[in-house]
Amino acid sequence: MSAPEAVTPTEQLVAVIAGLLEGCRHIVVGASSPIPGSAALLARARSGGRLRVNVLGSQRYNSFTNGGVETFDMAAQGRVDAFFLGGGQIDGEANINLVGTGHYPDGGVRWPGCFGSSYLYFLVPRVILFREEHSRRVFVPRVDFISAPGWSPPGVYRPGGPWKMVTGLGLFSYDRDRHRFRLDSVHPGHSVEEILDNTGFDFDRPEQVPQTPGPDAATLALIRGRIRGEIGETYPRFAATLAGRGTVAA
Amino acid sequence: MDGPVYPDAAAIAAAIPDGARVAISQDSTGVSMAVTRELVRRDARDLHLVCVPISGLQADVLIGAGCVATVETSAVTLGEFGTGPRFAAALRAGTIRVLDATCPAIHAALQAGQKGLPFIPLRGLIGTDLLASRPDWTVIDNPFCAGDPVAVLPAIRPDVALFHAPAADRHGNVFIGRSRDLLTMAQAAHACYATVERIAEDDLLADPDRSPGVIPALYMSGVAQVTRGAAPLRFHDEYFADETVLGDYARMARTEDGFRAWLERWIGPTAIGTAA
Repeated sequence: MSAPEAVTPTEQLVAVIAGLLEGCRHIVVGASSPIPGSAALLARARSGGRLRVNVLGSQRYNSFTNGGVETFDMAAQGRVDAFFLGGGQIDGEANINLVGTGHYPDGGVRWPGCFGSSYLYFLVPRVILFREEHSRRVFVPRVDFISAPGWSPPGVYRPGGPWKMVTGLGLFSYDRDRHRFRLDSVHPGHSVEEILDNTGFDFDRPEQVPQTPGPDAATLALIRGRIRGEIGETYPRFAATLAGRGTVAA
Repeated sequence: MDGPVYPDAAAIAAAIPDGARVAISQDSTGVSMAVTRELVRRDARDLHLVCVPISGLQADVLIGAGCVATVETSAVTLGEFGTGPRFAAALRAGTIRVLDATCPAIHAALQAGQKGLPFIPLRGLIGTDLLASRPDWTVIDNPFCAGDPVAVLPAIRPDVALFHAPAADRHGNVFIGRSRDLLTMAQAAHACYATVERIAEDDLLADPDRSPGVIPALYMSGVAQVTRGAAPLRFHDEYFADETVLGDYARMARTEDGFRAWLERWIGPTAIGTAA
């Protein structure tokens, strides 16, 4: 890879996530998701028209005509190949918490709520967990509230679930049989030690953890050109940060 | 004028009784902030909000103003500004009851209400603390396939559905375009009220291009024309959110006093609870 030096952390994340979407036929991107949205549009641009993308909140990149319910109906039928979820807390078994900390419902910090997670996590084959902040307050030993579980016992209908996890520091795979994460690669400028220091649960890793490849020149040109324009329709302020180096908020 | 056309948003707020179970729409489908303001002005009490399937400023303002007893929602979010601050404060103080949900559960329960069904099954949910938190949700065995547990939810039939739409005609037919969740809300609810940007002079149902995107007057209890009735929220591509007002809200509503100051500015000179 001949990655130009000027790659920003945001561009790195967009490229990593887009690489996880190859082979998908239909991707839905949820609300408040500019980086996954950019990645999905990048994968679409490289698919030669085979990949369909619906960006919720967009007028132009949203072909749904049956309201908000259509995403969920399609997911239950197996018509959505990939979706992105985050969480205020994520633990080592990939349980996610979008509700809050402490005693429910009156304790600690309250987050907005479960959105579609308690359903889509079960049904979409490739759920990609995305959380840019990689810290011990996010990656906890055990979530305080299970909005959606990382795995389900035999007998529970579960064609989908966590598949990969992308953070600001690295890329992980999820092992659905062992209910554990495995560190696949560390993003440029970061280290395994930094990830260990900032993760509150155990995970597997190879002896030598490779560095996450950066975007090649063609990918970077796509992100800064076509994708910047496309995602700008939904996220104009975010798109402005794709323009050049050093302008991306942490 | 032969339809249920009301004079203004205040007339709709007056028709929504205290204690009503009110289904409200999300920002992307059109929120009637005009009626929300009038509900605060008339000091509405004990509302049970059903957010379809999430809410933001609308639910947070109603909660902060003391209009809400129960909120049933998949999220209360101010987008980039995070959780609704008065929602979070009311949960900490124990002054509201929350029924947390997930978006497809609210859609499905309303669809059951729309069909006159008692309950509806839904995938997912099993093993979540969300399901455990809901005394009204349970798990049954699929009666057609042994060994397949499935969650079931009671139907939602709101007393009132409330939203903002682009247009209505003089018969009370309301154009919603492809915001189909509004049709489900209208058909599931016992009564439906909408504010609209404008009144169309022709018959919306007579136009084959527009009629598939219309809620017939049959389901409408009242419609009022209010220009910019969703402001300060965005309304499709007709107008953008007022970032100044929303930014002020996110900052000021972190405290009770700050929220009251924002509310007085938004409500105008009429003191809360003294409107006719």
